[in-house]
Amino acid sequence: MAAEQSLAPTQVRRMDTGAVTSAAASVRKFVRRKPLGAFGGAVTVLLVLVAVFADLIAPYPALQHSAATLQGPSADHWLGTDQFGRDILSRVIHGARVSLFVGVGVTLLGTIPALLLGLASAYFGGWVDYLVQRLVDAFQSVPYLIMLIAIMVVLGPSLTNVIVALSFRRAIVESRVMRGATMGILNNVYIEAAHATGATNTRIMLRHLVPNIMPTLIVLGSIGFAGVILAEASLSFLGYGVPPPTPSWGGMLAADGRAYMFAAPWMLIAPTLALSVTVFGVNMFGDALRDVLDPRLRGSH
Amino acid sequence: MVKYITRRIVGLIPTLMILLFLVVVMVELIPGDIIDLILEEKFSQNDEARIVLEHELGLDRPLVVRYFAYVGGVVKGDLGHSLWTDQPVAGMIVQRALPTIEIGVLSILIGAAIGILIGTISAVRQDSFLDYGLRSVAILGLSVPNFALATAYVVFPAIWWGVAPNMRYVGFTEAPVEHLKIIIPPAIILGISLSATLMRLMRTTMLNELRQDYVRTAHSKGLLFRSVVIKHVLKNALIPVITLLGLQIAFLIGGSVITESVFAIPGVGRLLLSSIANRDYPVIQGIVVIIGMFVITTNLLIDLSYAWLDPRIRYS
Repeated sequence: MAAEQSLAPTQVRRMDTGAVTSAAASVRKFVRRKPLGAFGGAVTVLLVLVAVFADLIAPYPALQHSAATLQGPSADHWLGTDQFGRDILSRVIHGARVSLFVGVGVTLLGTIPALLLGLASAYFGGWVDYLVQRLVDAFQSVPYLIMLIAIMVVLGPSLTNVIVALSFRRAIVESRVMRGATMGILNNVYIEAAHATGATNTRIMLRHLVPNIMPTLIVLGSIGFAGVILAEASLSFLGYGVPPPTPSWGGMLAADGRAYMFAAPWMLIAPTLALSVTVFGVNMFGDALRDVLDPRLRGSH
Repeated sequence: MVKYITRRIVGLIPTLMILLFLVVVMVELIPGDIIDLILEEKFSQNDEARIVLEHELGLDRPLVVRYFAYVGGVVKGDLGHSLWTDQPVAGMIVQRALPTIEIGVLSILIGAAIGILIGTISAVRQDSFLDYGLRSVAILGLSVPNFALATAYVVFPAIWWGVAPNMRYVGFTEAPVEHLKIIIPPAIILGISLSATLMRLMRTTMLNELRQDYVRTAHSKGLLFRSVVIKHVLKNALIPVITLLGLQIAFLIGGSVITESVFAIPGVGRLLLSSIANRDYPVIQGIVVIIGMFVITTNLLIDLSYAWLDPRIRYS
């Protein structure tokens, strides 16, 4: 276990230097070994590009109403228009921005408290660990969607609050994995040696534990990314996520969109496809990254 | 074993106490004066109504008192009363539980059947074209959100054949066949999401088992590969899969909120959403408590079955 544990970071480093010296070669190798992962990578890159350049790509502003309501796909509106005459294609493009923003925000905001909580729980052990773990148990006993809705009811609907709610949930769930990873490292002789030389708790955590947990952290982040996008969509679908008129893929499928589902089915098809392809792609990319970065986690899902 | 079970059950008490505390505190955390919000919606803004409502929610007492009163109620099976209909919350949940449980059980059966079958085929034919195909389909199943799947189920038949599926809920006792026709589609949709995860784990554990020494021994004894798989490998590979199935119960309950809302099924999930819309806090609290206790109990049962199968766990 100890030997494997110390393997992971060196592998990451090896990949890093490889990427610097011949980035093209390692990309080629990745594509050959993981074709589906490469497809996922392409989808992920596309998501980022569409989200960043949404204003340039989208043919119309996402919120612009027009007289052409509930129009089918045409030369003017490739994917048709909704009940307010807004261009569906433009809304799907701007929806990518919400998905990416939430995905990145939650991964950053959720991971740091998860790391601190898991680290402290494992490092201090005893009653601290006991209390923290019972708290995690209690939170985990509530199904994620129900807990997210409950948090959103307390906070009120807004994009920021969606990120806060999802980060909170993520911090709780991931802290357990972080705790497990920390406990694995704590058994190493060099931790004992650090104690013996009089290193402070903070120093041991920052210098020895955090760097060794990093690979697990990166892998978890990449695997969880798709789940975050899906969770935002589910919340917005139920009406507890990103409030209208901000275009979110889940929100476009919500009650508003479904009211016209027989008269204007194109309103539902584009966001469904965008969401499914994105989640599929990001999932595949995360899986492939996991296999490459941290073979120990293979098959854990 | 009895000692182990007792230890585990006692170990649950702190978790339950924390869960109940979170549920009681939830009302406190809602910004703004929740009394004002409710009174505004009830169109009765006189002082008398305010005092009655404050008392009903227990907001006239300190948090600690309210907490222990709530815990005492839960122990006696009393979850309070709805602010709108004055019905007991426990009764409301029981009334709505049947369709939710039906869909849950059906989707577990469907998910397990598909997941175990495909996972086994995929493992036995590892790295074949069939394996790759089935695995891709599984991940696709994981990627399409169940609300999109549910919406597609309603929309596409309407576009292609001009028929909309019947979505008017009827009870089992009124019209059993019609009832099943409404229950089965959401169960299939949840089952598909479930089967994708199960299939992936099934494949991994099967591959692990297939490499064990006993498989080679059975093989060299002259047993057919098929009978080795069915009689020995499958049985051993199923244990972790069943664990996962138990853990997925929380996922299923979350999913029921979505499917019940799309298919207009009056289950616990719909009750939760409508209670949230109505700010009926005692009902929301009650549902969260019941679901939390249900999940904690299933997790305990999984752990106990593990300890029963593997005595080493009992003594660690």
